[in-house]
Amino acid sequence: MLSVKGLRAKVGENEILTGLDLEVGPGEIHAIMGPNGSGKSTFSHVLSGREGYEVTAGSVTFEGQDLLALEPEERAHLGVFLAFQYPVELPGVNNTYFLKAALNSIRKARGESELDAVSFLRLIKEKLKILHLNDSLLKRAVNAGFSGGEKKRNEIFQMALLEPKLAILDETDSGLDIDALRVVADGVNALRNPERSMIVVTHYQRLLDYIEPDRVHVLAKGRIIRSGGKELALELEEKGYGWILEQEQAA
Amino acid sequence: MTSTQAVDDIVRSEYEHGFVTEIESDTLPPGLDEGVVRAISARKGEPEFMTEWRLKAYRHWLTMQTPHWASVHYPPIDFQSISYFSAPKRPEDMPKSLDEIDPALLETYEKLGIPIEEQKALAGIAVDAVFDSVSVATTFRSALADAGVIFCSISEAVHDHPELIKQYLGSVVPHTDNYYAGLNAAVFSDGTFVYVPKGVRCPMELSTYFRINARNTGQFERTLIVAEAGSYVSYLEGCTAPQRDENQLHAAVVELIAMDDAEIKYSTVQNWYPGDAQGRGGIYNFVTKRGDCRGARSKISWTQVETGSAITWKYPSCILRGDDSVGEFYSVAVTKGRQQADTGTKMIHLGRNTRSTIVSKGISAGEGQQTYRGLVRISQRAEGARNHTQCDSLLIGDRCSANTFPYIEVKHPSANLEHEATTSKISDDQLFYCRSRGLTEEDAVSMIVNGFCKEVFNELPMEFAVEAQKLLSISLEGAVG
Ligand SMILES: Nc1ncnc2c1ncn2[C@@H]1O[C@H](COP(=O)(O)OP(=O)(O)OP(=O)(O)O)[C@@H](O)[C@H]1O
Ligand SMILES: [Mg+2]
Repeated sequence: MLSVKGLRAKVGENEILTGLDLEVGPGEIHAIMGPNGSGKSTFSHVLSGREGYEVTAGSVTFEGQDLLALEPEERAHLGVFLAFQYPVELPGVNNTYFLKAALNSIRKARGESELDAVSFLRLIKEKLKILHLNDSLLKRAVNAGFSGGEKKRNEIFQMALLEPKLAILDETDSGLDIDALRVVADGVNALRNPERSMIVVTHYQRLLDYIEPDRVHVLAKGRIIRSGGKELALELEEKGYGWILEQEQAA
Repeated sequence: MTSTQAVDDIVRSEYEHGFVTEIESDTLPPGLDEGVVRAISARKGEPEFMTEWRLKAYRHWLTMQTPHWASVHYPPIDFQSISYFSAPKRPEDMPKSLDEIDPALLETYEKLGIPIEEQKALAGIAVDAVFDSVSVATTFRSALADAGVIFCSISEAVHDHPELIKQYLGSVVPHTDNYYAGLNAAVFSDGTFVYVPKGVRCPMELSTYFRINARNTGQFERTLIVAEAGSYVSYLEGCTAPQRDENQLHAAVVELIAMDDAEIKYSTVQNWYPGDAQGRGGIYNFVTKRGDCRGARSKISWTQVETGSAITWKYPSCILRGDDSVGEFYSVAVTKGRQQADTGTKMIHLGRNTRSTIVSKGISAGEGQQTYRGLVRISQRAEGARNHTQCDSLLIGDRCSANTFPYIEVKHPSANLEHEATTSKISDDQLFYCRSRGLTEEDAVSMIVNGFCKEVFNELPMEFAVEAQKLLSISLEGAVG
């Protein structure tokens, strides 16, 4: 599904990703954990095509396609979705309108018919129900003046609507209260299916109690230095990252 | 949506039949003197009072200077090289085919979905348009007549309603007002006259679309709208399709008069040819627009979307004379390429408890230069006057610029003025966010820009708002990157 090999990327003179390898199969959920500044968001951005990063080596293939050769919107059309660590505000742009435009541009790119207003609203209602959300945020401008938690929930709502094949959730759990965390986790679980893979970036093992990952990876200094099952997350919670970094250095 | 569609269809169908202006005389040689002014008046068969009116304006104009305070740059205009009365071009002098037209212009026509024949007409190509008094137009006319609304050309009004013309023409923008207004008064070609009688709510939005022979009103257009006590009228000016015109200088005058409890809503979508990429051949648009809230509780509201012209110089203003009168100005101005715009408004508070609102949204892309210039004046008598001004600029790219000059003169201590101004850029974060959701960069830009302009678009009549959004998206295509 997704195959990342030896990925190196720079911002200006700084090499941030230093040879990252990752294989994600269909329907799998992979958790990525790691210290602040280790390159988790950078990796998410490079996967979704953000400008400003120079890929100097390695490859990213998604369903057999060279992802790095595509524009961000083309990646979205293929089914790549990034839930942002810091969702961006679009003042004056109505949230419902934005979602409809996004969904229709993806449908159009896939050769599907565009949804009219009525079927779109029906779809929205359905998704709101799955996620146990109310529609108050939909009438407002995209993320404008949303609270931190509302922004994160809105990201998950977008994901539910756009039905990606690969969703990258960058610290979607940060800044959420306990109830909101449940809502988000339930939402993610509801969207789990054998064709949808997810990369869940998080600092907290707690999220992984709700969203059970197939694999857990530790990203440090720009690459994956340790991978394991969900018990690795528990170990990290207990001992922190220091010991892995030491073992890594020793090796 | 359906009503928009209906109006669109009407507009289109009328367009298909072509606007043809018949002027039964030859072009006057270039140059301007009293003889030329008399000749214009004579060829239009005007009564004596009108000839005198023009001559008085002309004599005063001779004593005036071109204004230099605006932040726009253009070579001096030689007023003696302009022909002030021109017959339509003979077919052999017109472009023969679309091949001779700026491809950028044609591309825009394509995107707006304008049929080929219409494209030719707009581009100034000789077309054998057959004019047929369309039944819709006739229906509209009779509905207006039943309501007692007069809606005709200024020339017709001079003949048919001389008492109204004598009373109101030049009563808001006198010929002494400014250089271009003086020139316009002397040589104006034609324009629109609207008169809404007491207590009448005009049964439809009035638009130049619906006026027969609306095209080619020439470079010195004049509009006069009078709303009697308790009446209401909404007037739409302009056209979203970029129109080419051989006349580089356009100096129009618009006068609005609202009596007690009357309301006039004046909406403009201006999309004159901005010139090619180097800025050649674009229109200079120097307009004087002013509304006079003469009556108590009257209201005048200007809404404009300005995307065209090489140079725009325009300040739709309100004189709030009546107590409790209200003035509004909502504006979106776009400058891109080499376009320059110096635009804004004046709100002159004379009456008590007068209120004004200014919302100006400026968008600059490419090497566009834009200036907002606004004046809010609260006179000694204007107790309890209030103004709220909001000026927002959006910059796209690094080579464009936006300036804001809000002038305030307050002569009454009770005045309450608020001013907010922001300058923002479309951020890379915003673009990436939109693109990561599947939108193209162009869609993202137009969505963000439309969001930025929303408060103004909300003020436009529905059918105009839809067209204005489309127009804005088209005019900003390729503005990023
Ligand atoms: N545009 C940039 N310019 C300069 N440095 C950058 C840029 N983007 C990222 N970096 C640097 O790259 C490193 C990795 O940043 P990144 O945001 O990927 O970390 P992260 O793992 O997501 O951290 P966190 O857990 O705090 O979210 C940091 O040192 C950061 O300062
Ligand atoms: Mg991060």
